[in-house]
Parts: sequence; C-alpha cells; structure tokens
Amino acid sequence: MMESILVKVGMADMNVASGGAVLKTTGLGSCVGVTLYDPVLKTAGMAHIMLPSSDIAREGQLNAAKYADTAIPELIRRLNEAGAMTGRLVAKMAGGAQMFAFAGGSDATRIGPRNVESAKLALQAAGIPLLAEDTGANYGRTVEFDSGTGIFVIRSVQFGVKEI
Amino acid sequence: MTLFPKDADFKMDVLREVGNIGAGNAATALSRLLNKPVDMAVPTVSLLPFEEIAERVGGSEAVVVAIFLRVDGDAPGNMFFIITQESARRLLQGLLTGGAAEDGAEYSEMELSTLCEIGNILAGSYLSSLGDLTGLYMSPSVPSIAVDMAGAILSYGLLQFGTMGDDALLIDTSFLEGREETHGHFFLIPDPESFDKLFRALGVPVE
Repeated sequence: MMESILVKVGMADMNVASGGAVLKTTGLGSCVGVTLYDPVLKTAGMAHIMLPSSDIAREGQLNAAKYADTAIPELIRRLNEAGAMTGRLVAKMAGGAQMFAFAGGSDATRIGPRNVESAKLALQAAGIPLLAEDTGANYGRTVEFDSGTGIFVIRSVQFGVKEI
Repeated sequence: MTLFPKDADFKMDVLREVGNIGAGNAATALSRLLNKPVDMAVPTVSLLPFEEIAERVGGSEAVVVAIFLRVDGDAPGNMFFIITQESARRLLQGLLTGGAAEDGAEYSEMELSTLCEIGNILAGSYLSSLGDLTGLYMSPSVPSIAVDMAGAILSYGLLQFGTMGDDALLIDTSFLEGREETHGHFFLIPDPESFDKLFRALGVPVE
C-alpha cells in the first residue's frame, strides 16, 4: 500500500494540499478544523481555527488562520492561488467542543460553539455549502482530510474513528 | 513576541520562584495526602509557541488526565494539574479502597470525582501560597476534569494569550512520587494582563 503524504496543520495555522496528500491537524478541543475542497481539481485546504472573531485581536501582525472570520476568506484566497474555483468549493468541519463544563460558566467555556457559529457565518458569506460536520460535545478530535477522495476522517479517544 | 521588554531575565527568575513556592506547597499537600514523599523538579518558565506546549506532556495526541481550574481574582489565569493515565490509576489505588479500574476501562464517577478533588486540593495549596506571597487575592474556580488528548485540553488554557500572539508563557513544575514514578505537572498560565500585577505585588519594577 502506498503511504500518502501528510501535510501538517498546526494550531492557528492553515495549509493547502493536492494530488492525494492528506491534511492533518491534531488535538482539536474548542478549536475548529475547517476544510474546503475543490472536487474537480482535487485540491483541499484546512484551517485550525482558535477564536471566533478577529475583533478581539490585540496582536501587531494578525495571524489570519487563528480567527474564524479571517481564516475562511484567507483559505479561499490560497485555494484560488492553487487553481481552485470558489464556486466549486465545498466545506466540512469538526471540533468546537466544550472541554470543560463549569457551573458558573464564563465566556471562555462557550468558545467552542462560538467558533462553530462564526465559521458557519463565514462560509455562508462566501457562498460555500457545508456538506458535513462533527462538532460540539465535550471531547477532543484529531482530523485528516484526503485531498484525493474528499473524505474527512475524525478520531477521538472515546469514539474511535469516524468518516464524514 | 516579547512579553517583557525590560529586565526579561530577572522577571523570568521571579516567575520561576512563583512556581517554586506554589508547586512546593502543592507537592507537600500531595505528600500528606498519599503519606509518601513527593519530589519536585525546579520549575521551568518559558514563552512557548502554542504547538509546543502539549509536547511537555507527551504531545498533542497523548491521552492525559487533566484537572483544570480558572484562577479568578487580582491576577487571573489558567491552572492545570496533568497526570498520565497510569499515574492517575496509581493515585486512585493509594486513596480508594477496592482499588482502581483496570487499564483501558472507563473511570467511574467516584474515581473521576476523587481525581478532581485531588486537583482541587493541590491547586488550592498552590494558589493560597501564592496569595500569601503576593498579598493578591487569587481564588480557584470549581475544578473540572477531562481525560482526553493533551492538545485539545491545553488549547483551552491558551485562549487569553490567543488574542495577543501565537505564544504563551507557561510556568511548568513536574513532580515524581517515589520509585513508583507517579508523574505529573502543574501548569500555571497567567493571563497576559496579570504579569504586571504579580510583579508589582512582588516589588519588581514595572515600566
């Protein structure tokens, strides 16, 4: 069996892959892994989003991959550069869990669901359909997206392997 | 990212001492709880890229037992008490009659709440010694436990740093219990705004 090439996506990071290479990001908790895919060109992009909105950014040089509202437009731009057509792109996403539940509940405890909501709004604004998602709940996920097949594999400690 | 434009080395030393005193008290509490000696390593203080923080406990996908507490009060931050699964079982065997569950089996409610309470006691002694040292009010939230991938758990403690850059300052103290090698870490990740307050309270000049 041929080993496919793994392209790593770090936390608050994004990458583009094609030709059957597999995009992978590990340990998604409240973060969201969003993938965009052009099935004709067989080219995929993945972003590991940490926070819902760049409005709260106080950093000098904005890291677009970190925020849902900036990551999705930037990922589309990079895919366009690689030859993908925005009109053909389809999305899948996973993550956005609430790792810890508190009786009190601060803003931070809802960060996972807020990341998911914000990512969906950004996809909607770009007119990209969300084909499938595995979001929410209270467990971590590691995800891999195959740029050859468009299959998104999600692994978790409790539930093993799942494909969407 | 430069967190401390002035006197960076000195400030890191001060934070190392903060970790030393806090974790020292927590290790003493753990030793009393287990009725066994507990050794503690010298704390490390480092500004690390988000990616590398989970490497401290075996990597992003390593399954760990983590008790998380939000620190409220004058100098807020995030605190984790992180142990390996084997260490968690050893701790439980020492504390619960009837022993712990088999490897691979799920933790019972009783076991999870025991671990959570251990984390609570240790974090409480860490923070109360810091409070005594600095005169600052620091109060732990209700503890919360998760058994999951280290990356998924720790990213939760990095959100406050997330708006500032792609690194976080981590005060890490590891400890060992006897030859049985129960191995764990205390992570204290103060919010970026808390450093000036900590330094001021300890008499370190702040620009």
